[in-house]
Amino acid sequence: MKVELQHVTKVFPSRNKKSEEEVVAVNDFTFTIPDGKLVGLLGPSGCGKSTTLYMICGLQKPSGGKIFFGEDDVTDLPPENRGVGLVFQNYALYPHMTVRQNIMFPLQNLKGTDKLTKEEMLERTLGAAKLVQIDNLLDRKPSELSGGQQQRVAIARALVKMPRVLLLDEPLSNLDARLRLQTREEIKRIQQKTGITTVFVTHDQEEAMSISDMIVVMKLGVIQQIGRPQEVYDDPVNLFVARFLGTPPVNVFTGAIRDGYLYVGEDKLLPVGDLPDTEVYVGIRPEGFIPQADGPLRCHLNNVEVMGRDVSVVSTHPASVNPTVRSIVNADIPVDTSAETIRYAIKPHKLLVFDRETEKRIYLGSEGK
Amino acid sequence: MVESKHQWKAWLYLSPCLILLLVFTVWPIINTVRMAFLEDYSGLKAAGGQVFSFGFGNFTKVIQYKKFLSCLKNTVLLCVITVPISTFLALLIAVCLNSIKALQKVLQTIFFLPYVTNSIAIGMVFAAMFNMVGSFYGTENELIVTAGIINNVIEFFGGHAINWINYGSSYAANMTVMVVYIVWNALPFKILVLLGGLQGINRQYYDAARVDGTSRRRIFSRITVPLLSPMLAYVVITGFIGGFKEYTSIVGIFGEGMGPADDAGRLNTMVGFIYDALATNSQGRASAAALILFAIILVVTLINMQVSKKKVHY
Repeated sequence: MKVELQHVTKVFPSRNKKSEEEVVAVNDFTFTIPDGKLVGLLGPSGCGKSTTLYMICGLQKPSGGKIFFGEDDVTDLPPENRGVGLVFQNYALYPHMTVRQNIMFPLQNLKGTDKLTKEEMLERTLGAAKLVQIDNLLDRKPSELSGGQQQRVAIARALVKMPRVLLLDEPLSNLDARLRLQTREEIKRIQQKTGITTVFVTHDQEEAMSISDMIVVMKLGVIQQIGRPQEVYDDPVNLFVARFLGTPPVNVFTGAIRDGYLYVGEDKLLPVGDLPDTEVYVGIRPEGFIPQADGPLRCHLNNVEVMGRDVSVVSTHPASVNPTVRSIVNADIPVDTSAETIRYAIKPHKLLVFDRETEKRIYLGSEGK
Repeated sequence: MVESKHQWKAWLYLSPCLILLLVFTVWPIINTVRMAFLEDYSGLKAAGGQVFSFGFGNFTKVIQYKKFLSCLKNTVLLCVITVPISTFLALLIAVCLNSIKALQKVLQTIFFLPYVTNSIAIGMVFAAMFNMVGSFYGTENELIVTAGIINNVIEFFGGHAINWINYGSSYAANMTVMVVYIVWNALPFKILVLLGGLQGINRQYYDAARVDGTSRRRIFSRITVPLLSPMLAYVVITGFIGGFKEYTSIVGIFGEGMGPADDAGRLNTMVGFIYDALATNSQGRASAAALILFAIILVVTLINMQVSKKKVHY
C-alpha cells in the first residue's frame, strides 16, 4: 500500500495563551512512500518524526494537508479504520495478558463480516508468533520476557490483523547494543517476508541507513532530504544532513573559495574551476583522507587508534570546526606515529562544500546538478 | 551495619516511639485478650479486689444475646450492601472524572469534600434531609408540619412522604437511609484512590487499543478494570474493614439511641454493642465481642485477599 502525504502540517497550540507562540511540529510535508518499502523517518529529537508517524497512524490529526493510503483519502479516518499496525516505543503490551492474549487482542475486536471463529483467531495468532519466532513463549506474561522478546510480541500484535501499513516508533531504542543489531535485521526480514509497507521512526542514523529502502531526514519540522540511504550519505543537500549521517561524523572545516581554488585554513586543497569567491564550510568524510607525504592538507597528529582492518587517525587542524579531525585509513598505509604533522590528500568525491551563510551544498565542477 | 557498642543508641532513639506503642497499643491488645477470658470480668469489681476465674463464659454470653445477633446482622448487612455499591459508583465517577478535561480539578475537590467533613455533622445534615416534624406519634389525624428535602422532592413528584427515620419508621426505611449515607460518605476516599490508579495507567495502552479498534466497553472491561485491579482490591478490602467498624454514621443520624425513637438500638452495630457493654462496666463481655469482631474482620480480609490473588493481575 502506497502512502502519500500532501502538504501535511501539524501545529500544536501554545500551552500558555499569553505567549502566542505556536509550535509547528511538522511543516508542509509532501512525500510518497512506495508500496512494500521500508522507510525510516530520521532526525534529532523535536524534528517532528514521531508526530508524522502518529498522523499516518491516525492518533493525531493533521492541522492541514491530506494523507492517502493508495487512492483512499484517510485524513479524517480514525486509526481503527485505516488498517494500520503500530508498535510503540515501549511496546505497550498489556501486562495482565499472556503473549497469546496480547497478540489475539486485535482479532477479538473485529466485528461483522470480519469476525473470526476462535480457531481462526488461534491459528492467525500462532502464525504471527511464528513469523517473529516467539511461538514457544505464548503462555508467558510480558513481564517474563526480555526486551527483545517483548519487541517481537509487539510486532506480532501489530501484524496479526494484517495491516495495510506497519508503523514502528523508535523500535530499537529500548534494546541494548547487541540486541539492536539483531533486531534490526529481524525487522528487515519480517518486512521483506510480509511485503507490508513499513514506516519507522529513529534518531539513530546508523539504524536508519542499515535497513531502510528510503530515508527521510528531518530537522525542526522541515524535511531536509529524501532518498536511498547511500544516495543521501554520498550526496547531502546541506551541512545538517552531512553532519547527521555517518559515524564517525564528517569532519567540518571553515574554508573559502579564492581565485578558483578551495582553501581549508591556509591549505590550498584543489582547483574548483570558475566558482565565485566565497566563504564556505568544507566537509570531509573520515574515509576520504589518504596519508601522503606531499598532500595539501596539513594536520597536527595527536594519536592513532588501531581497529584491525583500519586505523583511525586523530589529529587537529586550525580551521577544523570539530575539536579533532578523525580520519579512517587503510591499515596497509603506514602512518608515522612519532611525526608531529600528518599530510593528507583528499578523495574528491568524499569532499563536500557548503555555503557559509546558507549551509547549502555548493557543487564542484563535474558533480554539479 | 551499626556496630554493637553503639546499638544502645539506636534503642535509645527508638524508645519514645516504642514506649508509646507498648502502652497504648500492645498492652491494650494483650489486656483485651486477658479480660475476654476472665469470667464476668468487670473493672469495678476488679478494683474492689475480686478475683476472676479463667473461662469462655464471656463469649458464650455474648453470642446468646439477642441484641448481639441483631448488631451482627446490621453490621454484615450494611457491609455487604454498601461496599459493592460504593465501589461501583466510585469506579464510575473516577472513570468519568478521568476522561474530562474541563472542571476536572473543581469536581475532584467537590467529590473529596465529604472526606474532610466531620461525619457526625454530615449525619446531622442527612438526618435533617430525611426528617419529618409534626405529630405522627401513632395518633389519628397526623399532621406533618415540615418534611425534609427528600420528602419534599418525593411530594413534588406526586409521591407520599415516607417516614424515614422518625417515630414509627420501618427497618427497611432506616436501612435505606443508612446505605445512602454510608455510600455517600465512602465515595471520596474510593474515588481518590481509583482516580490515582487511573492516572497511573500508561496512556499508550489506550492508544494501542484504539489503533486496534477496541470498543469503549471492551477497553473498560479488558484494560481499565484489570489494570486498576490492585486499587480495586485495596478499596474493597479497606471498605469491608471500615464497614465492620460502622458506628459513628448511625450515631450521626439516629443519635445515641441507635434507632428511631420507638425502637432504640434497632440499628446498633458491633462497635455499638461493645460500647454499650463498656457503659455497663462489663469489660469482659466487651472484650469478648471485640475479639469476635476481630476474628470476623480477619476471616473476611483473608477471603478477600485469596479472591484478589486470583483476580488481581500482576
